[in-house]
Amino acid sequence: MSSNEEAEEDRPLVSYRTLDIAVAIFFLIVAAIVITDSLRLGISWKPNEGPQPGLFPFYIVVAMGIASLVNLAQALPHTPAGEKTATTIPGIKRMAAIFVPAVLFVLATNYIGIYVSAAVYIGAFMVFFGKFPVWQALAVSLGIAIVNFMMFEVWFLVPLPKGPLEAALGY
Amino acid sequence: MIRREVSKAKTIAAALAASACLTSPSWAQSWEPTKPVTLVIPAGTGGGADQMARFIQGVVQKHNLMKQPLIVINKAGGAGAEGFLEMKASASDPHKITITLSNLFTTPLGTGSPFNWKDMKPVAMLALDQFVLWVNSEKPYKTAKDYVDAVKAGTDRQFKMGGTGSKQEDQIVTAAVEQLTDGKKFTYVPYAGGGQVAVQLVGNHVDSTVNNPIEAVGQWRAGQLRPLCIFDAQRSTYTAKVTDKEAWSDIPTCKESGLPVEYQMLRGIFTTKNATPAQVNFYVDLLKKVMATPDWKEFMEKGAFNQTMMTGADYEKWLVSAETLHSDLMKKAGFLATQ
Amino acid sequence: MDELNALFGGFAVALSAYHIMLMVIGITLGVVIGVLPGLGGANGVAILLPLTFSMPPTSAIILLTSIYWGALFGGAITSILFNIPGEPWSVATTFDGHPMAQNGKADEALVGAFTASFVGAIFAVCLITFLAPVVAKFALKFGPAEFFAVQFLTFASFIGMGRGSAFKTVASMCLGFALASVGLDGVTGTLRMTFGQDELLNGFKFLVAVIGLFGIGEILCSMEDGLKFNGATAKLRMDAVIRTWKQLPGMWLTFLRSCIVGCWMGITPGGATPASFMGYGIAKRLSKRGDNFGKGELEGVVAPETAAHAAGTAALLPMLTLGIPGSPTAAVLLGGLLIWGLQPGPLLFVEQPDFVWGLIASMYLGNVVGLIMVLTCVPFFAAILRVPFSIIAPAIVFVCAIGAYTVNNAMFDVWMMLAFGVLGYLFNKLRYPLPPLVLALVLGDQAESSFRQAMLVSQGNVGVFWSNWLCGSIMTLGLVMAFWPMLQALRVKLSSNGAITRAA
Repeated sequence: MSSNEEAEEDRPLVSYRTLDIAVAIFFLIVAAIVITDSLRLGISWKPNEGPQPGLFPFYIVVAMGIASLVNLAQALPHTPAGEKTATTIPGIKRMAAIFVPAVLFVLATNYIGIYVSAAVYIGAFMVFFGKFPVWQALAVSLGIAIVNFMMFEVWFLVPLPKGPLEAALGY
Repeated sequence: MIRREVSKAKTIAAALAASACLTSPSWAQSWEPTKPVTLVIPAGTGGGADQMARFIQGVVQKHNLMKQPLIVINKAGGAGAEGFLEMKASASDPHKITITLSNLFTTPLGTGSPFNWKDMKPVAMLALDQFVLWVNSEKPYKTAKDYVDAVKAGTDRQFKMGGTGSKQEDQIVTAAVEQLTDGKKFTYVPYAGGGQVAVQLVGNHVDSTVNNPIEAVGQWRAGQLRPLCIFDAQRSTYTAKVTDKEAWSDIPTCKESGLPVEYQMLRGIFTTKNATPAQVNFYVDLLKKVMATPDWKEFMEKGAFNQTMMTGADYEKWLVSAETLHSDLMKKAGFLATQ
Repeated sequence: MDELNALFGGFAVALSAYHIMLMVIGITLGVVIGVLPGLGGANGVAILLPLTFSMPPTSAIILLTSIYWGALFGGAITSILFNIPGEPWSVATTFDGHPMAQNGKADEALVGAFTASFVGAIFAVCLITFLAPVVAKFALKFGPAEFFAVQFLTFASFIGMGRGSAFKTVASMCLGFALASVGLDGVTGTLRMTFGQDELLNGFKFLVAVIGLFGIGEILCSMEDGLKFNGATAKLRMDAVIRTWKQLPGMWLTFLRSCIVGCWMGITPGGATPASFMGYGIAKRLSKRGDNFGKGELEGVVAPETAAHAAGTAALLPMLTLGIPGSPTAAVLLGGLLIWGLQPGPLLFVEQPDFVWGLIASMYLGNVVGLIMVLTCVPFFAAILRVPFSIIAPAIVFVCAIGAYTVNNAMFDVWMMLAFGVLGYLFNKLRYPLPPLVLALVLGDQAESSFRQAMLVSQGNVGVFWSNWLCGSIMTLGLVMAFWPMLQALRVKLSSNGAITRAA
């Protein structure tokens, strides 16, 4: 992963050990949820019909749970490999730079439609992170949104989420 | 969710339109869609409902029957519950219509999904789809009676019935037949689609099916399958020869062959609950135009559909009785959701 | 040689300027559809279907199948460039295609993928030409037990080939199975793991998971390393075709294996997606360079692409002769046949020979035209990587969001895509393998249904899987494949034991 020279200036955020433990616990939670519903559905083998609907999910997630416990047990001891930095603070900041706006973009889609929010998302990203001049960002983001609009709504007639702007245009 | 936001504004518009309709009936006749109309298919691609919906879309575009485009989308999740719940959620958007199959009744009963046909506005019954009892032509059964006798003589669950989906029309028909086989049950094997069911029968992986005519007609014409009887009160009205010797009208009714079971599947159109009479009328007119085309007549004949068209009060009456029928059949067969 | 005469008759029908023009239009559209995860072949075919009503059926089907070919070619492009599978069957192409692009060999990967697609398709068309009746009969032998056997074989040929922790592989695969079980259980008609949530009725769709795990996950990884895509700086050279083609003849055995796997899966009908996984898995196990797979090996692009395209083409056979659509696109095509007054089924070859042979001839021509078109565009496709990252990254998120939305027309899936993106990033970091998860997600549901259908048929007797030679031999082959790593280890152990005893 990251070499030592870089690691000195990048402040560590989480170690592999922490991440491994977190993911193993996530698997165990999923296993618990599925087991609950499988038991409701029935996990026995009926004489004339074969397995009940819950049988497969049940044994599958039991296997998953066991594997995750092993993964958890392997992750718990403090080892040199486990203490290595998985993600640094600058790294997570850069990821947040695309991911947080992506979440806002999806949220905004509910209210103003996918095309308008995509135009804003792409344009804003270009200006703030790509340091593009505003007119270029405007041209590119509007261009992408309009091309997609033509393609999906007009040409292929695939309806996507739309907002007040599209409604005003009669779509 | 966005649709719900938009539809709030539309509720007001629709309310205004509705009040306007009450005062001026002539204006009521003249509603037209102002944006593309979405046809929701509560079933997967390739099935009977899907084929009919895409056919209607094709006919509408070919003959230019509507100014706005007709968009077809599949919402098959949860045995069609997804599509119906979408119709229920967009009660005030008259630009949505749906085509039904029997899951209109069976899905809420069988899975407990919270909807009912009364959450939508009935537009028109297009046709009734038939069910035919098929066996492999290599088998010795010539009539429904032969087959039922063989089932009675066999051991319980010896005979395998293939069908589309679980706790849906095919299994309901199977359950109805089982009432008349001296307590001998079929082993019902559910598959994903009607075409696959017909092929499984040709390959002798099941003993019989209750395929719709259009799903098995190819194999019938090739001499691989044999129709034993049709689950309708009368014989089919199509007299043109389908195979070398037989026409659809040559298939006896199941009642004639000593198997008094009748079942037909609704192919109907619904729109959203708050649609005004003007809006419903627009769709009724549109469908009448579709049904007047030669393409439609050919399609009906190919699938041996029972061409019964109903609208308005007649249609609603039919729906009420069909709902009772389904809930009776499913109760008897033990298919009701336990929750 | 009746087939040859009929085929030449077909060429006479298909080889007209008008039909070639239709092919060019269809393939262009198809490539666009294949590139965008939001549009499937089914959309393209459905939209053009009404336009074709005024055409003769042969012209119409040429236009529509050309879209199908285009989509098959196009799916590889985004897989290689951005790690986003445009179509489900190009997931396996990302395993080596994207690393190649990161190494600056995007053009070679693209040429390799296109050529492989072409070879697979032509092989399958030859099969259709000469063996259609025999093959159609063979497909009838597949009941639930046989289907399960094929699905089992797919898993078996892919399992145990991952590097790294076996327990992480198990966890990842089981998660795929668990996700696949959400939604309606087709065998009993009950809802599973939905907990009363309407959004879960549809379950977790393969494409949503894949777009998130691969596409969004990759963007997060790239962002962490800095605002750029690796490999973007590679020089554009125009000799990519010649450079790549020189390497291909050495892989003839991989080509052949993948062709056979693909045709087999297309006819049975397992489908193009499992075929691509199986092609990749077998090549990795049997190829001399198998250890390098996953790091950017051309052979790792060729193997799945050949198999996927062979399967996609062979899948048209059951559609024509049996009336079973092998894919949603094929389902729409099938609807088209009915509207043109053609009844798919056993008699189509007898009653409509002009149509059938025109179609088969157009399969040859369509693929030739398609290959020429996409190969000339390779430098253009590779140049997309040079677009600044700050434009491409949000644009990709946008396109991925459209792709996830259109699967079920639900915003819920877009949120799931983002969640899968985070999961994909974590899995990448912690070396949980993604392919087993994806394979379990695509096949899990079908495999479970087939197994339970088989159990219904046999009244709960597991012996049904060895009840006839076909099913029994596939199952046995599957078991051998599953335990191959162990068998190999055993052999090594035995031989070393032998050496020791000899030494002693």
